[in-house]
Amino acid sequence: MEILVCARRVPDTSENEIELNSAGDDIERDDLVYSVNEPDNYAVEEALRIVEETGGMVTVVTVGGEDDEEILRREMAMGAKSGVLLSDDSFAGTDGRGIAAILAAFVKRGHYELILTGVQAEDGAAQVGGMLAALLDYPFASLVNSIEVQHGKLKIGREIEGGAREMNEIDLPCVLSIQTGINEPRYVGMRGIRQVASLPIPTFGAADLGVNGNASAKKAKVWRTDYFMPPLGKGAEILEGSAEDQIAKLIELLRSKGGLQ
Amino acid sequence: MARIFAYIVHKNGVADDSAAELASAARKIDAAQAPVAVVTGWGGELDAVCESLCGGFGEVWKIGHEVLAYPNAELVRQALAKVLPAGAIVLVPHAHFATDLSPGLSIRLNAAYVPDVLGIDGIVTSDGGATLKLVRQEFGGQVNAHVRCDISSGAVLTIRPGAFQPAESAAAGGTIIDQSSEVGVLSARRRYLETIQPEAGAVDITKYPVLVSVGRGIEDPENIPIAQELADALGGAVSCSRPVVDAKWLEKSRQVGSSGQTVKPKVYLACGISGSFQHLAGLKGNPFIVAINKNPKAPIFRVADVGIVADILEFLPELTTAIRQQ
Repeated sequence: MEILVCARRVPDTSENEIELNSAGDDIERDDLVYSVNEPDNYAVEEALRIVEETGGMVTVVTVGGEDDEEILRREMAMGAKSGVLLSDDSFAGTDGRGIAAILAAFVKRGHYELILTGVQAEDGAAQVGGMLAALLDYPFASLVNSIEVQHGKLKIGREIEGGAREMNEIDLPCVLSIQTGINEPRYVGMRGIRQVASLPIPTFGAADLGVNGNASAKKAKVWRTDYFMPPLGKGAEILEGSAEDQIAKLIELLRSKGGLQ
Repeated sequence: MARIFAYIVHKNGVADDSAAELASAARKIDAAQAPVAVVTGWGGELDAVCESLCGGFGEVWKIGHEVLAYPNAELVRQALAKVLPAGAIVLVPHAHFATDLSPGLSIRLNAAYVPDVLGIDGIVTSDGGATLKLVRQEFGGQVNAHVRCDISSGAVLTIRPGAFQPAESAAAGGTIIDQSSEVGVLSARRRYLETIQPEAGAVDITKYPVLVSVGRGIEDPENIPIAQELADALGGAVSCSRPVVDAKWLEKSRQVGSSGQTVKPKVYLACGISGSFQHLAGLKGNPFIVAINKNPKAPIFRVADVGIVADILEFLPELTTAIRQQ
């Protein structure tokens, strides 16, 4: 099966404390550690497992700039056969719909039977996969946590509330957003990265893809104006002092709240 | 002003709590109009839901079709695309069904899409058209963002559960309008088969008054006993957040959250848990929340009663020792 995985490079929230810059309108981007969006690793791993079973090839694609090549190489080190960068000055500042339109234009150049995305990126939007499916007129399923390949179709599980799994049949070609935990993504070491370091990364711009103004920032329907710190809410009482002081206060509180008999 | 529609999620003939929250959100966009409820389904359950909504909505659009008896998003999207007028503003409760339905719906309607909306700050009208001012969260709730959305050709917004309080005086006196005949033939290339309920785990975390809950901050499966020892000392159980289950360090039945268990302990110790809204959605009954996290900016400190900024791998063993000495 020919599988395309859409991936993205994002600030790694497990490695960073996200703070506002001094102007207070953007996050502080100096010294941010970037990595591949974690859910995308699960999508690549699932794609690799499928081609191990059915044959075929995994391609990873991202929309961005030169800096984003590093995540393509990381996923190639996992086992993806090729990485493709979709890059153009006119793509900057586009919205989710624009990203989906750029990806749709790329998909139409190939013969992919299955397109996977991670469940969501750092903005929590979970939007590009569903939009891409609608633009291609392919069926879509989100939050997929199991895939079984059948003839011309897939049997998939979707994660719904309370730990339940909704089972569906979906025709190929289709777009799926992959939930974390569906598998255990394989480890990628420095050696693996080095082995793919010199492989070429084909790059396509707006003219190559034939995307019109819909994909450009000027036509974005949705845009962020600024970041700000969330209101504190009730806010926790922070216990200060030495660890001993903190523990003494905490034990007192646990006793009064029924947490300690 | 475009008409505002609220998509109603329902089960067993009863509308979800989100219905009233969507009505409140709609009035934040335009206080002057009574929002329209849109309900898809089939049979007596659909009728019961529609009747129950007349109090809170100006109109209730009923879309009945045999194949909509189960809410398959692929079919619901087709039905809505046929029934909703151009330029509509559509609100959907932000949950697993919304992630299935809504991004594609926005494409079908040629409308803007903003998911997981927490706040609505009104409409700005200029010569170019109308834009809606919205609030979202990014980076797992560490920062908020102001977002603008061009609504000149409509919008699909998914609304964070709990972000909009239901209005007190709901007396819209709505009427039911049957739109079923507008839908025509529906066919999906994705078919619902069955729902598999989760297997019970060895430990039922819903039964314990104290939960020691671990997140990414536990760092390694070999550190789980640190939490278990504290739980034992407190007569509680160990639960966890999603990343711990994704990494296969604890079984799914230990997970607290919208995609895991709903728990009602007296005391909840959130240890190395950042505090995403999906995690907090599994925490009911107003427990006393203790947050222990080395990141002072972790969102969990905004909802906890008491916070300790510390590395759980150092703090928890000391706490366990002190409790054993009591």
